[in-house]
Amino acid sequence: MLIIKDLYVSVEGMEILKGINLKVKPGEIHAIMGPNGSGKSTLANVLAGKEEYEVTSGEVTYTGEDLLEMSPEDRAREGLFLSFQYPVEIPGVPMVNFLKTSINEQRKYRGQEELTAGEFLKYMREKMELVDMHTKLTNRSVNEGFSGGEKKKNEIFQMALLEPKLAILDETDSGLDIDALKTVARGVNTLRSPENATIVVTHYQRLLDYIIPDYVHVLYQGKIVKSAGKELALELEEKGYDWIKKEMAV
Amino acid sequence: MSVLVEKADLSLKYTGHYNEVKDLLFEGSSHVLNAQRNKAFQDFVMQGIPTRKNENYKYTNLQPQFLPEYKFIHQREEVEADLNEVFRCDVPQLNTHLTLLINGWYYQKNKEAELPEGVILGSLEEIANTNPELIEKYYAQIAKTEEDPLVALNTAFAKDGYFLYVPKNVTIEKPLQLINLLQSNKDTFATQRNLIVVESGASLQLLLCNHTLDLNTYLSNSVTEIFVGENAHFDYYTLQNEHNKATSLNSVFIQQERDSTATTHTSSLHGGLIRNNLKFILNGENAESNMYGMSFIDKKQHVDNFTQVIHAQPHCQSNQLYKNVLNDQSTGAFAGRIHVMRDAQKTNAFQRNNNLLLTDAATMQTKPQLIIDADDVKCSHGATVGQIDEEALFYLRARGIGEDKARLMMMNAFAHEVVQEIKIEALRERIDDLVDKRLKGEVARCHECAYNCEC
Ligand SMILES: Nc1ncnc2c1ncn2[C@@H]1O[C@H](COP(=O)(O)OP(=O)(O)O)[C@@H](O)[C@H]1O
Ligand SMILES: [Mg+2]
Repeated sequence: MLIIKDLYVSVEGMEILKGINLKVKPGEIHAIMGPNGSGKSTLANVLAGKEEYEVTSGEVTYTGEDLLEMSPEDRAREGLFLSFQYPVEIPGVPMVNFLKTSINEQRKYRGQEELTAGEFLKYMREKMELVDMHTKLTNRSVNEGFSGGEKKKNEIFQMALLEPKLAILDETDSGLDIDALKTVARGVNTLRSPENATIVVTHYQRLLDYIIPDYVHVLYQGKIVKSAGKELALELEEKGYDWIKKEMAV
Repeated sequence: MSVLVEKADLSLKYTGHYNEVKDLLFEGSSHVLNAQRNKAFQDFVMQGIPTRKNENYKYTNLQPQFLPEYKFIHQREEVEADLNEVFRCDVPQLNTHLTLLINGWYYQKNKEAELPEGVILGSLEEIANTNPELIEKYYAQIAKTEEDPLVALNTAFAKDGYFLYVPKNVTIEKPLQLINLLQSNKDTFATQRNLIVVESGASLQLLLCNHTLDLNTYLSNSVTEIFVGENAHFDYYTLQNEHNKATSLNSVFIQQERDSTATTHTSSLHGGLIRNNLKFILNGENAESNMYGMSFIDKKQHVDNFTQVIHAQPHCQSNQLYKNVLNDQSTGAFAGRIHVMRDAQKTNAFQRNNNLLLTDAATMQTKPQLIIDADDVKCSHGATVGQIDEEALFYLRARGIGEDKARLMMMNAFAHEVVQEIKIEALRERIDDLVDKRLKGEVARCHECAYNCEC
């Protein structure tokens, strides 16, 4: 589904990703862990199509196509979803309007009928229940005045509505209490299917108690320095990132 | 040197014109209007056509607008408004009374609006002749000819416009609608003089639509004086939708007495050059004034909003919110002056001006000015000039929304804050739709006027 080959990325002339290789197959859950500043969000944003990140070499194939050639909106329409680490507030754009436009733009792209206002509202209510989303939030502008946790929940709500093929969750767990964490996990696990894949970016292993990954990768200084099964997360939790850093220094 | 000569010539041209048509101006006019004419003209001569040297016109040079050879209309002309054209306009589908003015003159074939008893709506010329006592007390009282050359020129030329009188405690339920049409077979200079008197306890909403009906070059110079009595409520909506060869100069003066509320809401959707002068005088305690404005301009269009709020009495509140979206090489200006006088303790005065530049070539000037002579007041002002938030744009695109649509959503979001202040629901929906069309680059016309040309 996703193949990243030798990916180098710079921001403002500074090299941040230094040769990433990663393969994600349908049905898999990958966790990417690593200390702050190692380049996790950079990787997530490059995959979503953020223009300020410059790919200096390497390639990314998504469902057989060259991902880096696609516009951000087409990536989304092809089923790629990024849950932002810091979702932005957009005053004046009502949530409902935003969500409906988003869904219908994607449906149009896929040659499906657009949802009517009634159909959309019904669908939205279903998903609101799933992630425990409150109307006091859907009645506002996008993320406006949302708390940190509410913003994260809103990302998962959007994921539930859009039912992506590949979801990338960038620190969706940070700042969440245990109940919110469970809600996020429920959202992800409900979406889980043999056709879909998820990349969970986190630097705590806490979330991985609820979303069981097939693979865990450690990203450090722009490189994946270690990959293993879910037990790696526990090991990291126990020994901390210093262990990796020391190992790297050797 | 040659510039100086041209300037002198231009003022001379208008001086010469006044002397030439003086008899026509005095003829058929009420003594109330005539009493002001000569002094007004002297005041115009003293000030001249404003250039950037005039502090109040720093961002708008009007000299080029006064240069063309215009036709003046100093006497009522027999004109036929193409009512079919106008009624095709979508705005009249609002639940409104509908009254036309053509080139500044009250249209004689206006159907009599169904209005509550005692309400007068009609031609200023006519009513000044038949009932001068209704007008005398107010005319040229707050629009001072020595303070502004456009007011001076208007008062010198003024013959007609509309007069609206709402007696004590009368509420007009349906919003009133006035349509100003510019329609001619030549390039035309239009003068319009209006007077609105809302007596104590009265209440109404007025919607004004300014349109051009053909492609001639126009300059329209209008002055409106509005008196809002004690505990009266007055909402004044303006929709400016004219073509690129139209210059629209509007000076509105509102004086409020105690416990009154007055709101102006100006949507500048299209126009070559628009200058809106707006002055509020809070002349009684506990009065509230609201000023909202938004403009959407492109090509070489220019919009300049100039507001003045005089807090003369204590415990009053004024709010100003102006937003502009500028595309291509358009230019905009906002200057807002708040003057809190010595006795005006406990004043709350707020002002905000936000601007969205869609290109690097568009420019915006914004200048707040606070003059505060009282000590117990709350005043604030803020201004921003910025581009579309790229982070927000990316967020929308990352959810599958195409770039153009995402930009449009952001622009609509920007304007939304001003749109939502429209309290007449049908008008709000209509303007929302017009704004959306305007931002999409579609012709946001309310009727079949022809400004979609490349002029
Ligand atoms: N837009 C940006 N401009 C400049 N530097 C950036 C930008 N984004 C990320 N960086 C830098 O790249 C490095 C990696 O950041 P990031 O990908 O956010 O790490 P992580 O998500 O792993 O904490 C950091 O040193 C950060 O300062
Ligand atoms: Mg990060």
